Amino acid sequence: MEGNVPAFEGTAEQAAALRKVIEERKTQPGCLMRVLQEAQDIYGYLPKEVQIMIADGLGISLSEVYGVATFYTQFSLMPKGRHRISLCLGTACYVKGADKILEALEEKLGIKCGECTPDGLFSLDSCRCVGACGLAPVMMIDDDVHGKLTVEMLDGILDSYREGK
Amino acid sequence: MINLKVNGISVSVPDGSTILQAAKAANVEIPTLCYLSGVNCAGSCRMCVVEATGARGLVAACVYPAAEGMEVQTNTAKCRRSRKMTLELLLSSHKKKCLSCERSRTCELQRLCLEYGADEDKFDAEKPNTPLDTSSPFMIRDNDKCINCRRCVAACKNLQAVEAIGAIGRGYAVHIGSAFERPVIESPCVGCGQCIVACPTGALIEKSDVDKVWKAISDPDKKVVFFTAPSVRATLGEEFDYPVGTNVEGKMVAAIRRLGNVEVYNMDVTADLTILEEANELIDRVVNKKKPLPMFTSCCPGWIKFVEHNYPDMLDNLSSCKSPQQMFGAVLKTYYCEKNGIDPKDLFVVSVIPCTAKKFEVTRSEFDYDVDVAITTRELAKMIRTAGINFSELPAEKYDDPFRIATGGGAIFGATGGVMEAALRTAAHILDGKCELVDFKEVRGTEPIKEATYNVAGVTVKVAVASGLANARRIMDAIKSGEKDYMFVEIMACPGGCVNGGGQPSLPDSVRNWTDLKTLRARALYNYDEASEYRKSHDSPVVKMLYDEYFGAPNSHKAHEVLHTSYVPREKY
Repeated sequence: MEGNVPAFEGTAEQAAALRKVIEERKTQPGCLMRVLQEAQDIYGYLPKEVQIMIADGLGISLSEVYGVATFYTQFSLMPKGRHRISLCLGTACYVKGADKILEALEEKLGIKCGECTPDGLFSLDSCRCVGACGLAPVMMIDDDVHGKLTVEMLDGILDSYREGK
Repeated sequence: MINLKVNGISVSVPDGSTILQAAKAANVEIPTLCYLSGVNCAGSCRMCVVEATGARGLVAACVYPAAEGMEVQTNTAKCRRSRKMTLELLLSSHKKKCLSCERSRTCELQRLCLEYGADEDKFDAEKPNTPLDTSSPFMIRDNDKCINCRRCVAACKNLQAVEAIGAIGRGYAVHIGSAFERPVIESPCVGCGQCIVACPTGALIEKSDVDKVWKAISDPDKKVVFFTAPSVRATLGEEFDYPVGTNVEGKMVAAIRRLGNVEVYNMDVTADLTILEEANELIDRVVNKKKPLPMFTSCCPGWIKFVEHNYPDMLDNLSSCKSPQQMFGAVLKTYYCEKNGIDPKDLFVVSVIPCTAKKFEVTRSEFDYDVDVAITTRELAKMIRTAGINFSELPAEKYDDPFRIATGGGAIFGATGGVMEAALRTAAHILDGKCELVDFKEVRGTEPIKEATYNVAGVTVKVAVASGLANARRIMDAIKSGEKDYMFVEIMACPGGCVNGGGQPSLPDSVRNWTDLKTLRARALYNYDEASEYRKSHDSPVVKMLYDEYFGAPNSHKAHEVLHTSYVPREKY
């Protein structure tokens, strides 16, 4: 797995919720996907500790759990930040220079795509088309759309979230 | 029965047969790559594609069912073109270091590329440049040579129920490895090597210790001794084109002797010694009840590591006897060195074993390098070739004294059920001195799990034998749930036992898919047993000598010091 995963900080309530999900689902054939989805809803991501609880609970191997968790892009092995940046790398954004924006974001935040800053403020992911190609290149931060991006604009946008917008 | 035609040849095959099986019945070979009989049947590599009436497009013969009246064509231009393209796409990202690849003679990908005239430079894809996993003492994974056929994953899951590896990621990024990309030594891998013998390419090989052996042989200050495990005599010949199941013990001994100034000993000797210790331990457990029943055999280091990872609460059920390999090392570095005035540091001990887990075993801290290196059957064959020895022309020679003579009981240690049978021969003798029982045929054969109940001198002995760790898991779970109450259980990690070990010759799928390797190889050992002068371990003159001169009696204080060991709990994941 790439990048550094921060220490796991699951609560007893989260563990109890996951155990309940496993108990409800474990007799259903092919339940692993649903359990992983619900586990991600509970924890926000799928760290090793959670995958081990799932493997133990469902009586399957950790290799199988990890294989499925790494196959689907919907699952994240990294925690998400308080503000989730999602940069579009779809065709229109890409030809308008989204790759340069990604490079600049990685540099400014000091993380790679898919990771979360150590202070937990920002996580950076890429996506494929948010349906706003006229604004390309575009990114979403939480539910806000930021369009017609240039590298120069990025500091100002990030700062507005740092100030607790 | 189903009647169909393959390339115009009429055949009848049983219901449920695949096209691949029907073709074999018609003596038509269809190339395969991801398919491995009894291990993997996914139909994913597309090498075995054929044309069949009633089917749309090309179909994978390994999974497509044969049907009544079907006409199959296996060698059309369309089939050949498709297979060639598949190979060229596999080669596009393959690390083509074929000249120095350990599998160069035996690579299935290489053979098929030759057969189909595939161009290795037809497509030039990005090379992943994955670092080698050299973390373990027993194997090397080179994922740049991996074709993602998943035969290793299937062997680890279906044969062994270990599941230390799986497919990770998606698309171009997909690769085989342990969860969370941990190196294999940090996974619950037991080192059995079934993935290595399942691998069609050089992506998985044992970690070679051959250089260490050559270095010791050329060191004038070292005395080098070899000993060979029971099953190696039954498999080494395959490396030199002998039919499967040929006993080549005499030539093997002659070949090792020609590697340099070395002594060659028979590991069956300490298999016999193991039996004396283990049978007495079993009787002690039954009589004194200080340690739990059932007692599990402890000869197989893959099985030991499996218990340590998966059943750490049952470590006391494992016999405390060292494996024959470690007993031999210990006997050499104590008794033998003392008797011959050799400093143990100057004695270099090489075991030749059918097994990769034994490479891990020699590094266990409990053993302090009683055995310096363990080399597999394949590594020995490589040394013989390097030394320019013409194997087939060698005379048959005998092992060196004092570790020459052993019993048939020791020899059958190499096959599933063999340890149990040898132990029963001796236990019966200990409990009833007049007992003449030699053959315990109920525990022979390659069925996954065998059970038997014997009445020996008024004692009811309920035993079970399993090989393949998936079967071991079934037995363990039945014992834990209270469903079964055995007295003595033999487990060998590899299906069929050591004859089918992870260090044995890598035979291609074209042989493995149609030959019962484990039965043929085991037969060589049972024939050897039957022809042996001594059949029962306690009759071995060498074992008697060891007790008279050194150990006193089985399970004596001295024996416990030198011949017994302990185990450690390990993490499940």
